[in-house]
Amino acid sequence: MMAQIQQEDKQNLGAKKFNMWIFIFTSFLLFMGFMSGFIVYVGGRGHALQVLLPNAFIYSTVVLTLSSLTLIMAKKAAKGLQLAQQRLYLWLTLFLGIAFLALQINAWLVLIKMQVFFSNPNAARSFIYVFSGIHFLHVIAGLLVLLNTVLATYRNIPQVKNIFKIEMASIFWHFLDIMWICLYVFLLLNQN
Amino acid sequence: MSTLAVHDHGVVHHEESHEHHHKATFLNTYVFSQDHKYIAKQFLVTGIIMAFIAMSLSILFRIQLAYPEKSFPFLTTLLGHFAPNGRISADFYMSLVTIHGTIMVFFVLTAGLSGTFANLLIPLQIGARDMASPFVNMLSYWFFLMASIVMLSSFFVQSGPASGGWTIYPPLSALPKSMPGSGMGMTLWLVSMVMFIASQLMGGINYISTVLNMRTKGMDLWKMPLTVWALFLTAVLGVLSFPVLVAGVVLLIFDRSAGTSFYLSDIVLNGSVQPYEGGSPILFQHLFWFLGHPEVYIVIMPAMGLSSEVLSVNSRKPIFGYHAMVYSLIGISVLSFIVWGHHMFVTGMNPFLGGVFMITTLIIAVPSAVKTFNWLATLWRGNIRFTPAMLFAIGMVSFFISGGLTGIFLGNAALDINLHDTYFVVAHFHLVMGSAAIFGMLAGVYHWFPKMFRRMMDERLGYLHFWLTFIGAYLVFFPMHFMGLEGVPRRYYAFTEFESMKHWLTVNVFITWSAIMAGIAQLAFAYNFIHSIFWGKKTVQNPWNSNTLEWTAPIEHHHGNWIGEIPTVYRWPYDYSKPGHDEDFIPQHIPFSQTMSSNLPHDFEDNPGGLAEHTKWTDAQKANEAVK
Repeated sequence: MMAQIQQEDKQNLGAKKFNMWIFIFTSFLLFMGFMSGFIVYVGGRGHALQVLLPNAFIYSTVVLTLSSLTLIMAKKAAKGLQLAQQRLYLWLTLFLGIAFLALQINAWLVLIKMQVFFSNPNAARSFIYVFSGIHFLHVIAGLLVLLNTVLATYRNIPQVKNIFKIEMASIFWHFLDIMWICLYVFLLLNQN
Repeated sequence: MSTLAVHDHGVVHHEESHEHHHKATFLNTYVFSQDHKYIAKQFLVTGIIMAFIAMSLSILFRIQLAYPEKSFPFLTTLLGHFAPNGRISADFYMSLVTIHGTIMVFFVLTAGLSGTFANLLIPLQIGARDMASPFVNMLSYWFFLMASIVMLSSFFVQSGPASGGWTIYPPLSALPKSMPGSGMGMTLWLVSMVMFIASQLMGGINYISTVLNMRTKGMDLWKMPLTVWALFLTAVLGVLSFPVLVAGVVLLIFDRSAGTSFYLSDIVLNGSVQPYEGGSPILFQHLFWFLGHPEVYIVIMPAMGLSSEVLSVNSRKPIFGYHAMVYSLIGISVLSFIVWGHHMFVTGMNPFLGGVFMITTLIIAVPSAVKTFNWLATLWRGNIRFTPAMLFAIGMVSFFISGGLTGIFLGNAALDINLHDTYFVVAHFHLVMGSAAIFGMLAGVYHWFPKMFRRMMDERLGYLHFWLTFIGAYLVFFPMHFMGLEGVPRRYYAFTEFESMKHWLTVNVFITWSAIMAGIAQLAFAYNFIHSIFWGKKTVQNPWNSNTLEWTAPIEHHHGNWIGEIPTVYRWPYDYSKPGHDEDFIPQHIPFSQTMSSNLPHDFEDNPGGLAEHTKWTDAQKANEAVK
């Protein structure tokens, strides 16, 4: 009977994880909506971006990719029951995430210095802010999920729950990383 | 053993949803409930209230259309400065049309319909104890309620609610100063819609995950009732299309408040040139209708699913063409994403592109016709029981046919250019997605009322409600076709201002009185609904002799649905009037071993052991016959 109960429990956690997959899919579609908006806008009116994207975006991409790596390490540690290491890597991921946000803000400041404003008669340029801004908000949400995961390690929760939480956080965080790379590459391809 | 299992299941379940000790308090039982059945009731009651509000709004603008020059002092009493001198002002008329459309499409027929029946039926019909995430499911309702309140609160703003139509096309909606309704009212509309979309996504994600992950033993996809198929595909459509609407709305918000020009270009407002440059209002239409078209299927598909089930149960016949029904639902879902351009034939789009959208649009007629013929074939020579739910389901089919036919007219670009934005369009969608979806929803309410409230609704009031509404809806919407064919445009404030449309005034008076009659008929429903909740006849466990799993759950509601083990499913849900069985229905959880006399060889297509048993049994029967 215990086995039966455990099985039902596991099944429900699986369904919750599936929820997260669908959620990131909806989020992906939101960005697809923006990207197709960009394509329709640029294609329809003969506008182009014609902005040299700030280098800060390169750095932020690197930082975000690193944070994905540390999160992989954290998950590995969690699976190996090494709580201290898991915590360390999780905190590292969090800090890299915050560094990413700082770099994004820095990139915006550079853009403003370049006279590329959000409120712009060429809306293709406004789209840079829309892409990075909406992604920024997603990263804040991602940080909250990570924070929840790391704080949970201080409350003596069962290992099943611990793994579940870090898996949920991983799905979301890796998605944010991949999504940002997509957006950045998309902008680079449309730079001219 | 089984009683023990009962107990443990209950405990596990509560641990999952609350992590710690579960204690039933007033708040978590009646307000912040995480039980899908209770959330379904919350959605239903909120949806019905919103429907009554939207209906009252329509009666108000119908009064204006029938009596454009007459003064009704009670309107000033009711509406204050929105109706000076007893006449609804032109601005407020636009607000009424806009909010009526918004509430009906989104709040009633999306949230009220899917929210209610997906919550009620998905876990009960697939045999799950609750949704994948009951907490997120609860949030979905509360976001919906907040969205409703914000939407209605715009009536208490000085400048009035949003008034650019439910499609909120920019530039009208993007420039707060363009008209009173584009000010604060529009902002509230956008805020409300963002919350609404969040609610729909949370709900939809749960519905999909629950259907895919939490079906009971034996319930493979091809054993699911059509209701679950329809609600599942509806959720898929919502999840795929609502994010794109968010993208469109977010850009609109930026245009309104941050001075960007995504949608704005070359604007002159009250004589002064605005600084916006280079934007494209057509971009908004693309983003909007990429949601907007799937949205109309989000509205109609649950109604199709509910009607399929009700028609089959009350015809005492299997649904005709179960697989074809599922495939046509899938076909409609896929096609819904590649037809949005048919809303935009007059935007100056390339005629070749228009031609492509025209073809994809007309292809939708195929799965729709498959469904229609299957419903009719289900009725044919059935042992029909005319319960109120059955009447509403038949009404749904009727409206779907009469409204769907005009869709073929409108899908043709050459015709649509003439008919675009006329009353022909109004007549078309009010029949095919308005009335049909409402009738499907009402069929669902009458049919599953005993499951929700453990009591029966009054049948005679149900018949009265059906006939008055059915006749009323046709009297209201049918004449509009002819107005549209003559080119009478929709959303106009007073047709007496135009020499060529003056003669339609008498028709408008007729429509308005029909609408008032149909509106009064809804009071019969409201009375029946509320009265039956408290004083209706108590129901038995399976009042309609239905096959699906929800009727195997006890009448009393439990968080967890079934006491003890969840029933295992052995057969499809449409074994009605199966020859050789002593009753005219065999519920899904009855194994074939208990119904030897009615089994058929094709019941064992992928079950050689069962087939061997079946052959042995039939041979034995034959041998017995021979002995006699």
